[in-house]
Amino acid sequence: MSSVATPAPVPRRRRRTKLHSRQARLAWLLLLPALAAVSFVAIYPLGKTIYESFTNQEFLAGITPTKWVGLHNYRVLFHDTFFRNSVIETVKFTGITVVFEFALGLIIALVVNSSFKGRGLMRAVMLVPWAIPTVVAAKMWQWMLDDTFGVVNDLGVRTHILSHSRAWISDPSTSLASVCAVDIWKTTPFVALLLLAGLQVIPRDLYEAADVDGASKLQQFWRITLPLLRPAILVTLIFRTLDALRVFDVFYVFFGQRPDTQTMAIYNQSTIVGDGHVGYGAAISVAIFLIISLFVVIYVTFMRVTEE
Amino acid sequence: MKHRALLIVAGLVGAVTLAASLSVAAAGTSSPASHATPAKSAAIAPPKVPNAAAIKAKYHGQKITFIGDSVGNGHVRDLKLASRFSTDTGIKVNVVPHPAASDQAYADLVRNFSQKSSSIDVAMIDVVWPGAFAPYLVNLKPKLAKQAKIHAAGIVGADTVGGKLVAMPWFGDFGLLYYRTDLLKKYGYKAPPKTWSDLFKMAAKIQAGERKTNSSFSGFVFQGNAYEGLTCNALEWIASAGGGHYIDGGKVTIDNAKARTILDAMRSQIGKVTPRGVTSYQEDQTEHAFTSGDAAFARNWPYQYGISSAAGSKVKGKFSVTVLPHGAAGTSVATVGGWQLAVSKYSKHQSAAIEFVRYMTSKPVERFDAIFNSNVPTIPSLAFDKAVVRTNPYLKPATASVARVARPSKFLKTHYNEASKAIYQGINQILNGASASSQLPQIKSKLQQILQGA
Repeated sequence: MSSVATPAPVPRRRRRTKLHSRQARLAWLLLLPALAAVSFVAIYPLGKTIYESFTNQEFLAGITPTKWVGLHNYRVLFHDTFFRNSVIETVKFTGITVVFEFALGLIIALVVNSSFKGRGLMRAVMLVPWAIPTVVAAKMWQWMLDDTFGVVNDLGVRTHILSHSRAWISDPSTSLASVCAVDIWKTTPFVALLLLAGLQVIPRDLYEAADVDGASKLQQFWRITLPLLRPAILVTLIFRTLDALRVFDVFYVFFGQRPDTQTMAIYNQSTIVGDGHVGYGAAISVAIFLIISLFVVIYVTFMRVTEE
Repeated sequence: MKHRALLIVAGLVGAVTLAASLSVAAAGTSSPASHATPAKSAAIAPPKVPNAAAIKAKYHGQKITFIGDSVGNGHVRDLKLASRFSTDTGIKVNVVPHPAASDQAYADLVRNFSQKSSSIDVAMIDVVWPGAFAPYLVNLKPKLAKQAKIHAAGIVGADTVGGKLVAMPWFGDFGLLYYRTDLLKKYGYKAPPKTWSDLFKMAAKIQAGERKTNSSFSGFVFQGNAYEGLTCNALEWIASAGGGHYIDGGKVTIDNAKARTILDAMRSQIGKVTPRGVTSYQEDQTEHAFTSGDAAFARNWPYQYGISSAAGSKVKGKFSVTVLPHGAAGTSVATVGGWQLAVSKYSKHQSAAIEFVRYMTSKPVERFDAIFNSNVPTIPSLAFDKAVVRTNPYLKPATASVARVARPSKFLKTHYNEASKAIYQGINQILNGASASSQLPQIKSKLQQILQGA
């Protein structure tokens, strides 16, 4: 985008300039719809959110008139233990799920990339958890994990793996683990799919050459598969990290408004919609935006470094 | 070849997803424990709309949307009444159930009013909301003042904000203790528990005995989820132990020794005489546990009486209700709940909507609701109706005259929801293992901060 828009180096002849400016004008013209769309769906809402974060706007605005409050919301946010707690909870969730989903997804991708009988069916079946809408899946797991009638406890107790029924979701010592397990169950197929796409573009003859040279399968994995898979891995990790940082649905179904298990997105929603504090909620949104941007910057820098 | 394989794959994934969604959707309407259907539905039909011809002549063909009930058989009742009203008047009523957690229902209405949306005409609103929503509701006084006179004056007072009648009383609510008469007898108890510690003792003994044959049996169930219902439940525990009503006389009183003691006592029983998962129970889970015979005691609203005594209930004829227990030095209380009907200021069919409210809050409809859905009528004279009392024994003076306690909405006004959230989140943390002395000071400072803004 920027290469098209940058003005040409100082021109020597007039005709050249004319041509260039005409080209530049055309370029801008062609870019205009995209720019308009981006400013309408991204820049305007973001700008409005940033503006609102400096006000005390309430949802039912008729009751308290909206005033400019400067940095007040951010000062309050800095000392807000609920928000701090929600950031920690979300980062923990992101770390755990991304690591597990990546490891399991890579194994599954390698398996379904090798040729065996029934591979097509296997690829279909592995996608099922991902195809179920998250809220439906979360509700299903909520019942399966229930301490009185849940199938998980029933099977666990019958096979003597568990000594007694456990309230996986309600008990704070297992609630994060249970929500992570559901997300890993659901999203691993997606990770596997992305990695599988990466695996399929690696040329076969590289492996044939390695075989001829007498490289072991493990050496082939470390020297060929992993380096060539790197772009796909980075895309996958960025996707998953950003998704996990915005998580809302599983937590909302499992825990509702329970305070110790709130994610950033749930705290934001409950502040704006539940309490009606639009201004303060906007400040939370901006903070979330900055936190997520931080992760994007880290990843993009990392990607540049590896490209060079 | 490749295409066919892809098609098969896509078909398979689609079919499994559909099956999974359908099974969950089906379970959502019937719930894991088999749900009893109301037996009395055949016995009583929705009453006719009085003056239907005149209403039909004026508003025939208009469409209104009613945000109605979702707990228990509330939605079935709404559909029956709306269909009767439509048949008689020609006004079409689109019944939409609100979210079961009332703070979520509140949030939905806030969103609607803040957008000045005309998509809602009539909404059911909680007894603690008129103060917050008054600016967005139609004054019903000009048309319904006469009908308001037959309702309990106290509730009409709560629905009157700044001299305007912003909502009409629809049904009342108060907390009750449901108990298994057969099990009390079996374990040698002559009467239901008087105090909370009696209840814990009895629940422990019954649970120990029943667990031998039913591994999912629990002594006591209530609403422990982090939502509005917990604010109601905990108010009963604290007030019945002499620990005040969260806010008294405009001062935050929640952090006191009596409140700490009773909350810690409750915490010590989680996973002992209650299921460990009770800290995520709302009304429906409470009712399912009791109706499917998996609990000796349950705290719930009157609506459960109808479901637990209907055909298909495993405890039909084996249970009764009484006032909730109290603390060592206190008296039994019940949190006042209840629902009102209000008309949105942004409705495009206000007159038709008011006619619907007139019908829904009339004496014959409240009688129908009391018998069909075991709800508490807001019309006092119905408590003397024989058929109503027969189906709702909790209306007998011994139970119905229990001291009522109100949530502190009059001090908090538009900030009630936020304050209630601070209360139920903190108390949910206590039930999940935190000590009362670590949580109550936090709730207190949050409430003080909210009160300053109110």
